[in-house]
Amino acid sequence: MHFVNRNLANPKQTSNIGMETTLSVEELNKREAEFDAKIAGGKTIEPKDWMPERYRKQLLRMMSQHAHSEVVGMLPEGNWITRAPSLARKAVLLAKVQDEAGHGLYIYSAAETLGMDRSEMIDQLLSGKAKYSSIFNYPTLSWADIGAIGWLVDGAAIVNQTVLAKCSYGPYSRAMLRICKEENFHNKQGYQIMAYLMRGTKEQRDMAQDAMNRFWWPALMMFGPSDTNSPNSADLMKWKVKLHSNDDLRQRFIDRTVPQAEAIGLRIPDDKLKWNESTRHYEFGEINWAEFNQVISGNGPCNKLRMKQRTDAHNNGAWVREAAAAYSAKKAASKK
Amino acid sequence: MSDNNHQWPIWEVFIQPKNGSAHEHAGSVHAPDGEMALLNARDVYGRRLEGVNMWVVPATAIVASTPEDVGPFFDPANDKMYRWPNYFKTPEGIKQIS
Ligand SMILES: [Fe+2]
Ligand SMILES: [Fe+2]
Repeated sequence: MHFVNRNLANPKQTSNIGMETTLSVEELNKREAEFDAKIAGGKTIEPKDWMPERYRKQLLRMMSQHAHSEVVGMLPEGNWITRAPSLARKAVLLAKVQDEAGHGLYIYSAAETLGMDRSEMIDQLLSGKAKYSSIFNYPTLSWADIGAIGWLVDGAAIVNQTVLAKCSYGPYSRAMLRICKEENFHNKQGYQIMAYLMRGTKEQRDMAQDAMNRFWWPALMMFGPSDTNSPNSADLMKWKVKLHSNDDLRQRFIDRTVPQAEAIGLRIPDDKLKWNESTRHYEFGEINWAEFNQVISGNGPCNKLRMKQRTDAHNNGAWVREAAAAYSAKKAASKK
Repeated sequence: MSDNNHQWPIWEVFIQPKNGSAHEHAGSVHAPDGEMALLNARDVYGRRLEGVNMWVVPATAIVASTPEDVGPFFDPANDKMYRWPNYFKTPEGIKQIS
């Protein structure tokens, strides 16, 4: 039996929203204890279950940011669809970018179960109120950047999303499972682009190395600040929304990616990078957090461009929405 | 921004993974009507041969039980253990009756 455990009639009426104000302190404490016990017991939380308001808010913030990242993430890659070096490359890139649109939709759909309309989330993105991953504020200057994005950016996303697939919120975890199945294709097509370039002419190898040099550090920043500087980490860990620290996941990504770079002859742009035999992890240099903070506060190389592209895409799609609405109105009228 | 930013209704999407199996919930889409919901659902949830059949259902048409009622709602099953075959002891020596 498969229950659609969600207040389907109107997501805004998710049962516990606004309830905190009407519940007595004792009742609230009791519910919170039950909630904590559920999480501790490894159970998932479903949309209509009671949840602390902070849990709902933090999840909504995280999930909408994640959905926005999928959608904005189409822009840097979309830049190369018309200029892919062959028809085959173009078809693959199109399919990859289309997947990202799908990822955005899966996560918006999951986030709506927390009581916010997708249109409201999109308004928050377009008005600059909501954030998205800092990585998409970097430009894609060469074809090799498409390789670097698939390999490094999607590679980092896989590390993150594999863990999120085990998070405590049911709809989010199910969306992640679906996404994880698709990400390996993204990762492999990117790596293949890099591997082919590294087997090519000197110019092609230089182009691949240049993309590596520009994307390596921003890819490491994707995991977010060190946990000591990550304000929401403690709560998110307690609620099993996050299962590992940002630093642990970053380390996991580095450990699996360095050998892949070496295998095709790419150099990691970090003089401090070295294998530590006793910890069995790579040691690495200092991340430029000042740059990260600049990018997330709106001053990255492409922040303004991305928002303009996203807003234009939304406005340019208006006629499609109008046509769809007109078509369904006409059909409904002809049935009468 | 244009004035058509309003939200179309939500349709829940169910996919039958393979011939003979039951439909499973996959997620949801927004669309002005069922036909377009089905097309959107195909593009969003069916890019990799995920199934052989798809349903879209207006989210407002689904009536769900509530988590608070999980006890009383399912409790008629609790005191009827004889609905499970292992309630019944099979006489010694008999290997299998069904
Ligand atoms: Fe994605
Ligand atoms: Fe991806």
